[in-house]
Amino acid sequence: MACIEARGLRKSFGKTIALDGINLRVEEGRIVGLIGPNGAGKTTALNAILGLTPYQGELRVLGRNPWTERDQLMRDVCFIADVAVLPRWIRVSQAIDYVAGVHPRFDRAKAEAFLARTTIGRDRKVKQLSKGMVAQLHLALVMAIDAKLLVLDEPTLGLDILYRKQFYDGLLNDYFDRNRTIVVTTHQVEELQHVLTDLMFIDRGRIVLDSSMEGLEARFVEVTVHPGQVAAARALKPIHEREVLGRSILLFDHVDRRQLAALGDVRTPSIADLFVAVLGNQAGEAKGAAV
Amino acid sequence: MNTPSNAMPQSSLGSQGIAPALISATRPFYWSLRRELWENRLIYIVPLAAAALFLVGFLINMIALRYRVHGTWPPNPAHQGDVLITIPFEISAALIMGTALIVGIFYSLDALYGERRDRSILFWKSLPVSDFTAVLSKLSIPLVVIPLLSFAITLVTHFIMLLLSSAVLLGSSANIAALWTQGSFVRVSVEIFYHMLTVHGLWYAPIYGWLLLVSAASPRAPFIWAALPPFVICGVEKIAFNTTHFLNMLMHRLAGPSSPAMTMPGGAPMDPMATLIPHNFFSEPGLWIGLAIAAAFLAAAVRLRRYRGPI
Repeated sequence: MACIEARGLRKSFGKTIALDGINLRVEEGRIVGLIGPNGAGKTTALNAILGLTPYQGELRVLGRNPWTERDQLMRDVCFIADVAVLPRWIRVSQAIDYVAGVHPRFDRAKAEAFLARTTIGRDRKVKQLSKGMVAQLHLALVMAIDAKLLVLDEPTLGLDILYRKQFYDGLLNDYFDRNRTIVVTTHQVEELQHVLTDLMFIDRGRIVLDSSMEGLEARFVEVTVHPGQVAAARALKPIHEREVLGRSILLFDHVDRRQLAALGDVRTPSIADLFVAVLGNQAGEAKGAAV
Repeated sequence: MNTPSNAMPQSSLGSQGIAPALISATRPFYWSLRRELWENRLIYIVPLAAAALFLVGFLINMIALRYRVHGTWPPNPAHQGDVLITIPFEISAALIMGTALIVGIFYSLDALYGERRDRSILFWKSLPVSDFTAVLSKLSIPLVVIPLLSFAITLVTHFIMLLLSSAVLLGSSANIAALWTQGSFVRVSVEIFYHMLTVHGLWYAPIYGWLLLVSAASPRAPFIWAALPPFVICGVEKIAFNTTHFLNMLMHRLAGPSSPAMTMPGGAPMDPMATLIPHNFFSEPGLWIGLAIAAAFLAAAVRLRRYRGPI
């Protein structure tokens, strides 16, 4: 059974189309990055998956309809929304007590152990904690829940690089166990590169790229072209071209790596470069279509 | 106290459905109630402060009596029990109830609005607590928790008043035993308990239901949204039909049930015990209509919290 399965998922707010017929399938045990520019529909898609917003089309999360079966679903799903949403008045100890009280799959010892590695005092209130500490507290609560699906919407927004690294390290080392599924959106794509098993690009309500990380390596090649070979490289129809320090860097989709190696230095593109290439092309095509 | 009920290591498949069954349905409700009390400490601080202030005033009055600033000395509790104890009992009860009422109103207006304003609703909704449980726990605060709490505070206040009076009268020739045996302590307590349960817990239910609904619905300034519609309806009715049915209905609701069984403590002296006839109260159709309206408001508030966008 797929963890998340969507077919023709649509959602519009008035005339604005947030989700324009999305098809996607997330298997169990994957860490999926949902990457897209602002307003691409990331949060709307996650809200639909979490049963927070109605939608058109077909959507199954852990075999359930998230809109009509939300109460049952939330026993197996956990999420951290895009900004700090822990109530400011709550004490750390109260937050632990409360989650332990209401969640049948919460492991208090695990949360305590995670918090013990931080400098967060039990009797502090959330409003007395720094932004990074609040994120740590939220992660400690969420990681101690034995959920099948964890959804993270911009979990590290506004945190400095140290906290961000700790956050993802904690997630990978202490939480992820190959049975669980994690869906994460973020703008800080570079830091996610080595965390993800799958990558999805979303733009204007459509999935424009959906691939495993291995698939990505097999499919996309970035070449720093030798000065004399630029014309030959361009003949192979790169999807994107940029210039760095006077040298042309071309990105190819579905072009044989050995063939490209003759033209320059080849490597797998970073997610950020891929993002710019794929979404830049989308924008170009849209413009072309509009003219 | 609350050991995690899921001591199962690395449960993935197979254990699905077993752990959730272990947690009883009342646990999320219980913890939701506690959560409300953590967040809204004014619920008990304000009535406690009112009671403390009243006790200070009461003590000053007793001392003034002792030093013959006013009244006769020694007072005779057997004959002057009303002035000495019963009336102060009723005033203090009315004071604590009044503050509890105000606290309940402001609590209800903020209960579902505050969590949207600070976006913490996204945290609450990330946990397996249904919207029905969450809203019901919030409605239980003004309907059950605050009345019981103010009853307990009133009871303790009255007991302290008796102790203070006895201490001040000690050494005078006054008959202290009469203070205690006159029975107003027990009688007033029973009356207040009955009043809290029936009027605050049942009769006012549609008012608190309305406030909660407004709290769930209003984009901002829930106080205005709560007060404006009744105000407009009254005005339109007056202009269009030159009648005041809606206003009368509101006044009737605020003033309490009209059956002779109900008199506000602190108002006219009550007939002991004889007034406590639940039959009169429960045969009042207004009660059942009010409860039905309250249930409708509750359902609407649950629906709003459940089906509207996350913020």
